[in-house]
Amino acid sequence: MIDQYVPIGIMMVVAIVFGIVLANINKWIGPKRPSDEKLSTYESGMEPVKTARERFSIKFYMVAMLFIVFDIEIVFMYPWAVKFKELGLFGFVEMTVFILILVVGFVYVWRKGALKWD
Amino acid sequence: MDLSLLLHDTLAIGPISLITLVGLVVLTIEALHNKTENINCWISLVGLAAALVLSLVQLPTTGTAFSDMIATGGYASFFSAVFAAAGLLTVMLSKSYIKKQSIEHGEYYAILLFAIVGMMLMAAATDLVTLFLGLELMSLSFYILAGFVRRRNESNEAALKYFLLGAFATGFLLYGIALLYGSAGTTHIPSIVGKAGMLASSTMFLIGCGLLLIGFAFKIAAVPFHMWVPDVYEGSPTTVSGFMSTGGKAAAFAAVLVVFAPALVRGVEPVRDVLAVIAALSMIVGNVIAIAQTSIKRMLAYSSIAHAGYILVGVIAANSYGAQGVLFYLVAYTMMNVGAFGILSYLESEDGKNVSFDDYRGLSASRPTLALLMGIFMFSLTGIPPFAGFFGKYYVFAGAVQAGYTWLAILGVLMSVISAYYYLRLVVLMYFSEREQDAPVIAVPTSGLGMAALVLSAIALLGFGIYPSVVLNFISHFF
Repeated sequence: MIDQYVPIGIMMVVAIVFGIVLANINKWIGPKRPSDEKLSTYESGMEPVKTARERFSIKFYMVAMLFIVFDIEIVFMYPWAVKFKELGLFGFVEMTVFILILVVGFVYVWRKGALKWD
Repeated sequence: MDLSLLLHDTLAIGPISLITLVGLVVLTIEALHNKTENINCWISLVGLAAALVLSLVQLPTTGTAFSDMIATGGYASFFSAVFAAAGLLTVMLSKSYIKKQSIEHGEYYAILLFAIVGMMLMAAATDLVTLFLGLELMSLSFYILAGFVRRRNESNEAALKYFLLGAFATGFLLYGIALLYGSAGTTHIPSIVGKAGMLASSTMFLIGCGLLLIGFAFKIAAVPFHMWVPDVYEGSPTTVSGFMSTGGKAAAFAAVLVVFAPALVRGVEPVRDVLAVIAALSMIVGNVIAIAQTSIKRMLAYSSIAHAGYILVGVIAANSYGAQGVLFYLVAYTMMNVGAFGILSYLESEDGKNVSFDDYRGLSASRPTLALLMGIFMFSLTGIPPFAGFFGKYYVFAGAVQAGYTWLAILGVLMSVISAYYYLRLVVLMYFSEREQDAPVIAVPTSGLGMAALVLSAIALLGFGIYPSVVLNFISHFF
């Protein structure tokens, strides 16, 4: 029983070593010529102006949350599209029920203004 | 699988399909119209009443649906009826309460309905995956309902606390399911229970059972996984607390009785021992700490922990007496706790005050009907005949004695005596104590619907107490 775990153990050791090496190889062998610009916080090219620990608008969370809902919908629809012919009418009815339930949610968030940015 | 089978299965799980549909309709109406609270309340009431009737109609025909993932009829229908009844009473009590708390949104009813769907799924599960699905649906709905009074800090605290701890409990439950699947090779619950005797020596199986037990113990609010209960019950809207403590607990126990079925508990000695310790601790800790409470809402939270202990005794007994006792106890507990929380919600002020023992001094003079009803619920919670609470206790303790767990039965009876102190103290305060002169009198709007719910639960308690066979006839053939 235990010896079956040996390959997994080896795999884990390799993974850890590999991770440590990759994360640090730049620091170990890369040339270092620091300047003010290079040492400042990276913010996608923007000038860093204030603390990063501020409160974000709830709108961002809302979009993320709604994205997940409709993302999952697509995940279910791909396999259905691939197997559409074999599943036939039964698959169609099942998916219609599934999508109708999601449509209720969609109508709800739309009417409640969750999709409005302003 | 073809279409006729799909239709057949959808109808076979009638109450679940129906409440899902009603929930979606309520949500759509809420989205499309303004000022929907009244119509949503009535739609929910009608839907729940129909589900109650449908459950009772379907009770005699047992079977399975959806490739043996969901059980229909019998046990599942019985619990569907319990949840529909609890939901019905809660909605009746909620209408005036959520208006008073200025949280009158149509979503309240939709989320309540989805919670009920989750409970029904839990009780009907024949597969660990279905069970998990129902549990999550119920829990997620409860997390939202707990924080429904979003202007009040306590309500937010309750929601966050419940969510964080609940998420951990769910994690334990899932790991448990994974290990059970690993050891038994199936997620089909009856198969696992059937193999229990064979698997009892497997460490993986025992650890799986243990992790599953942690998840369930959290949901039924048993010691040592009870820390969230007082704060969550106190902070949540009172009607929601009432529903969580009855419907939520009954659903978790329905699932416990399916997974830790009598056959499994008898066959796997360690599980039985752990359950016995949890039950004993719950009874002791719940009852002893409840004595010290000044808020009735908190007292009921600790009493809920204690009752989880009593009901677990029936699970440990693992014979037909004990298992039937669990079901009967859950019915009685649902009625009396929805009632007790209902009266609290009735008399609560707009800012969530007026729920302490002192506020109930001399209630019999100012509000004789409410005092009488509260008295009935308290006597029933104590376990005094002729109310249904007595017979619940009688059956679980009788089952324990039959199974050789006399010490648990004795402990249970002793703890019931302790519980009499804090339950009956409320009765004493209501009837034999004067209201303080300078205490402000809070004007409470009367609500016919809420009153009807309270009277209905009191009548049910008295009826099931005098004629326990009304319930027992339904459940006698399950075990």
